[in-house]
Amino acid sequence: MAHTSVTSGMEEAIVLNRRRPGKLRRLWRNNKYLWLMFLPCLIYYLVFRYAPMFGLVITFKNYNLFRGVWESDWVGFKYYRMFLENPDFLLLMKNTFLLGIMNLALGFPAPIILALLLNEVRKAAFKRFVQTVSYLPHFISNVIVASMVIMFLSPTGGLINELITALGFEPINFMNEPGMFRWIYVLSEIWQHIGWETIIYLAALTAVDPQLYEAASIDGASRMRKLWHVTLPGISFAIVITLILNIGSVLEIGFEKVFLLQNPAIYETADIISTYVYRIGMEQGNFSYGAAIDLFMGIISLIFIYTANFVSRRVSETSLW
Amino acid sequence: MKLERLSLFHVVSTAVLLLVVVVTLYPFLHMLAVSLSGDAYVMRNEVTILPKGLNFNMYEIVLGDPKMWNAIKNTVVYTAVGTTIALIVTSMGAYSLSRTNMAFRKGLMMMIVFTMFFGGGMIPTFLVVRSLGFVDTLWGMVIPGAVSTWNLILMRTFFSGIPKELEESGRMDGLNDLGIFLRIIVPLSKASFATIALFYAVGLWNNFIYPLLYLRTPDLFPLQVLLRNLVLAGSVSSGDVTRIGGDNQIVEESLKYATIMVSTLPILIVYPFIQKYFVKGAMIGAVKG
Repeated sequence: MAHTSVTSGMEEAIVLNRRRPGKLRRLWRNNKYLWLMFLPCLIYYLVFRYAPMFGLVITFKNYNLFRGVWESDWVGFKYYRMFLENPDFLLLMKNTFLLGIMNLALGFPAPIILALLLNEVRKAAFKRFVQTVSYLPHFISNVIVASMVIMFLSPTGGLINELITALGFEPINFMNEPGMFRWIYVLSEIWQHIGWETIIYLAALTAVDPQLYEAASIDGASRMRKLWHVTLPGISFAIVITLILNIGSVLEIGFEKVFLLQNPAIYETADIISTYVYRIGMEQGNFSYGAAIDLFMGIISLIFIYTANFVSRRVSETSLW
Repeated sequence: MKLERLSLFHVVSTAVLLLVVVVTLYPFLHMLAVSLSGDAYVMRNEVTILPKGLNFNMYEIVLGDPKMWNAIKNTVVYTAVGTTIALIVTSMGAYSLSRTNMAFRKGLMMMIVFTMFFGGGMIPTFLVVRSLGFVDTLWGMVIPGAVSTWNLILMRTFFSGIPKELEESGRMDGLNDLGIFLRIIVPLSKASFATIALFYAVGLWNNFIYPLLYLRTPDLFPLQVLLRNLVLAGSVSSGDVTRIGGDNQIVEESLKYATIMVSTLPILIVYPFIQKYFVKGAMIGAVKG
């Protein structure tokens, strides 16, 4: 993402300033309109992205809505200790990690396989039809997807249970089975995003040199061999980048869908850090404690993405930065 | 021998792709069919993908509910206002970041990219929104999401692709940077504006977390919250709809499906026409990202 070839405006500006004070005026004259155009964006980032980071100071305070951030009492690491000593701590960590890892293990390869299958389709119209259909669920809201999942799995009259009873089995109350939650979540994620996530691979596939396929054919390579020796290496860059991003965001499971799918009966598998933070902070009003848990997780997540990037840079010379 | 293996591969891959199509479309067709069918057929589980005993009763109930109309109105307002604000802020920011001669560009870019990896989280952000007085207002729905870093970078990539000569010609005509943006860049980038506008609009239409966190008054709730209360919680807050359907589990099912169809229909209808814009946007993001 970094464009090293571009001259750094900042360094240049500082050097110019030091040498000739009159340059400051010129710096302003040359940049004022661009800065003016950037200003709303800058304010947005400062207010909605950076101010909350400074707001994390409340994790060291006993934040009180009426006394405000500055007037509230300092409590040091009280809330971090509270979380580490909380009997739910290990369960929440386990649930968050397991859900993220399962989502990665099944959700990461799925679009690659679909993209490879689409790439083998000879009829352009059929390929386009499958693509158009499979992208669709990506634009459906989490509320609707969660509603559909819950209704289809309902033990009374749900589509899936009707099928189960028609085959002569007892209906299953899927949404109240702790053992089912992760599967339901991961499969619904795949259903929702598999098509959309093929786009990056299909874009990479168009860049594979057709001459390589011809050369492989002349050498007598079968279809599978071509797939293995030409196609996959051709898109390995896209695969690695996506993998790093996915590993880095393993713990950043979308709040909305888990929140919408869970219910107290299955908290033992379905409760993750972000939904716990919501209950503690927003529902019970314990802002400091909730924010402390959130920050704890944010830092682990940051370490994750940094490590994934570091390993990838060493192993495959591909990295985000 | 070789021919046979090829065709086997072909058969299997076609079957898998068809399965993807069926698994994707079936739920929508089924919901549509059930919502349009007569109660008796729904109760006997006879409806698959074609309606039986075609009638529009459920839609009459859903669309006859003033709460539904209020939620639709709210959603439309949030989406329209939010998309407009987001597009203005994002496009101007993206253009200035695309100009390699802007001073501090690199530092500002780093400031933005950092937020992709770390943030204050749900609660400190809520406290900021609250301290601005945005809770329970339109602004709470449209301002906290005014810039998506992903869309900003995407748009910057679009603008970077515009030839420098056009900018130079604008300068020759005595335009300043703002003038160049408004008179030259914007008219040339209609497709990219459309793409980004669509990304924002879909996000706003589907948004659930902002109303969950920042809205208290039921009158301000958008469609997604109403839907969630109705379908997931089976809550009383959706008033007439549940009361009418409440007596009967099966009727409730078609009623819920009708509500889902009503709130999804706008996206289902426009989707085939705007799909190429989305894909174009995602492709550029994929190649450059």
